[in-house]
Amino acid sequence: MPLVNGGKIADDSFVKLAVDTPLPESGDILVPAERFLGEAEGLLKRAGKVGVIWPNNRDIDELVPYLGKVAAVALVFPTFRDGRAYSQARLLRERYDYRGELRATGQVLRDQFVFMLRAGFDSFDVKKQADAEAFMQTAKRYSVFYQPTGDGRITALHRRMQLRHSEGVGT
Amino acid sequence: MYAYDEIDRTLVNERVSEFRDQVKRRLSGELTEDEFKLLRLQNGVYLQLHAYMFRVAIPYGTLASKQLRALAHVARKYDRGYGHFTTRQNIQFNWIKLAELPDALADLAKVGIHAMQTSGNNMRNVTSDQWAGVAPGEIEDPRIWSELIRQHTTLHPEFSFLPRKFKIAITASDHDRAAIKIHDIGLRLIKNEKGETGFEVLVGGGLGRTPFIAKTIKHFVHGRDILSYIEAILRVYNQYGRRDNIYKARIKILVHELGIEKFSREVDDEWQHIRNSSLQIDDEVIEDIRSRFTYPAYEKLPHMPDELRQAAADPDFEAWRKNSVAAHKVQGYSIVTISLKPIGKPPGDATAEQMDALADLADRYSFGEIRVGHEQNLALPHVAKRDLPALWKALDKLGLATPNVNLITDIIACPGLDYCSLANARSIPIAQELTRRFANHELANLIGRLHINISGCINACGHHHVGHIGILGVEKNGEEVYQITIGGRADENAGLGTLIGPGVKFDEVADVVEDIVEAYLALRERPEELFMDTVKRLGVEPFKERVYATR
Repeated sequence: MPLVNGGKIADDSFVKLAVDTPLPESGDILVPAERFLGEAEGLLKRAGKVGVIWPNNRDIDELVPYLGKVAAVALVFPTFRDGRAYSQARLLRERYDYRGELRATGQVLRDQFVFMLRAGFDSFDVKKQADAEAFMQTAKRYSVFYQPTGDGRITALHRRMQLRHSEGVGT
Repeated sequence: MYAYDEIDRTLVNERVSEFRDQVKRRLSGELTEDEFKLLRLQNGVYLQLHAYMFRVAIPYGTLASKQLRALAHVARKYDRGYGHFTTRQNIQFNWIKLAELPDALADLAKVGIHAMQTSGNNMRNVTSDQWAGVAPGEIEDPRIWSELIRQHTTLHPEFSFLPRKFKIAITASDHDRAAIKIHDIGLRLIKNEKGETGFEVLVGGGLGRTPFIAKTIKHFVHGRDILSYIEAILRVYNQYGRRDNIYKARIKILVHELGIEKFSREVDDEWQHIRNSSLQIDDEVIEDIRSRFTYPAYEKLPHMPDELRQAAADPDFEAWRKNSVAAHKVQGYSIVTISLKPIGKPPGDATAEQMDALADLADRYSFGEIRVGHEQNLALPHVAKRDLPALWKALDKLGLATPNVNLITDIIACPGLDYCSLANARSIPIAQELTRRFANHELANLIGRLHINISGCINACGHHHVGHIGILGVEKNGEEVYQITIGGRADENAGLGTLIGPGVKFDEVADVVEDIVEAYLALRERPEELFMDTVKRLGVEPFKERVYATR
């Protein structure tokens, strides 16, 4: 799966560990939530970044105490039609002010990029090479957004207000 | 009417261009059918029994004449010359080609119409009272809030992949014409003791396999907080709604399983975090939306013009006027309901010619505005009373003056087995037969208000649970069997009907309905006692006896 990070296809520095994979000496690791919670102290002490893969049916509150220490949170889309991770992403970004890498994993297709960007994802394990290549073009598909989210884009409602006020100045 | 500005138009065009790309990728095989399915559904495209079906949104049921002409154009150019108005303030086209869909959408986009989220597991088209803004005594025009919510729910980045579909309906009148109690969220616009606008919020209503009437979750949510409150409900639902079983995925099941108290605590917890966020709506924003709704320049007209007085001598006109013309908040004007239930025809269908002609009539007699109601009828919301006779003549020529609104032949029916891939039984032929049986206007009038609702499967698109007489087609041993309920209603006193006994065969349905009606006529205490009142007074037993005594 190609990784898109910072808007372009990038190398993935993280190695994904399963629940029972031996811990590598060094390097960045992505660890399943269950293992992370069990071994957090040890994992966070070693050299290299630690990221956690958080399932979409596990309460994000459990992760909150570690948010300042993890370098990446990978949320999961088991199918592209299961949208729970969108809520988790927004909670992490907007309620808990998480500023590290927020990665979308699983069934990640180009048709979700805009929704994911708006929900706060900045890193994408994309399923298809062609979709990863089309990232920038797809991400720019929309210029109008009706809802306020933590991505800070101006909403249609507020853009109208601005237009109205600037018109007001001229008259 | 609400006027789209450049911002709204840009979004619709961006959506069309995205869908064009998606269709292209599907046709080239780059997208699998499984991947494409959800994307096409989010754009109102179903794969039906015979062809693709295309469902177009009519937000809160308001259409401009040029928009109705655009729908006629789509019917003519891309379909077989007609469209079908549904119970959700939508219109469906049944015979559209996938490759042509992006063009059809682009044609509609030119007049500010789209098909976004008319299906799929996202927030559907916001529906409201088809008499919004003109009904006497309403709190205020609910479309201002409907439009605010329409915008907020369109391409929502968190709630476009919910466990199941999600429907919001809004009413602002005592008499609920928006059927809010059978929606996932029902909103009733009210004023609090300080005179501030807000909403009673209901949640967890819905029909289908497991029907529920919505429960009140909050007696008053201030207008400025309504988006954050809706968002809180949706966030709880998105996280905790069931995804293991499609039949248990609607919010009504979550509300039922948690109980309304626990569900409401979950929502409140969530709400406390977000109610003072950027989701809070300031008055200026509401005023901006309000300012983009324009209202006709009504004239000062007499309550009873000469034209109306003279026409009263014509019994056919009077029959229609009494049935189809309702009071308007402005003196001298009326709301005219246009029955799309002519005798012997499929309920809710309109031809391209009828749509074009209605658009012309709306321009001439209703300030260019048309409304679509959940009963599958249309309305002209601002007709000067002096114009009623001329309008009636014109409608009659188009086959659109059947005086049966709210009568027994004003039947709500889903497309059923004739079109729908989900259906187990036919609906349209049952509706057609019933309209023939009760074609006599004197008889129908004698019976009075009586709603028949027909669904061809358990999904209940014909809202059979809330029909005064509900008819549900099911399949049993390869045969169509129809279960009959009585006593349901979808208004402010909404309730589910009661099954009267074993299912009956296709050929027997009309006889059974006749039996029920005869029983009612014999049982009612006086002519003013409506069918629903008799059922309420006596229960289903006497009707059951009448129907099954001889079967």
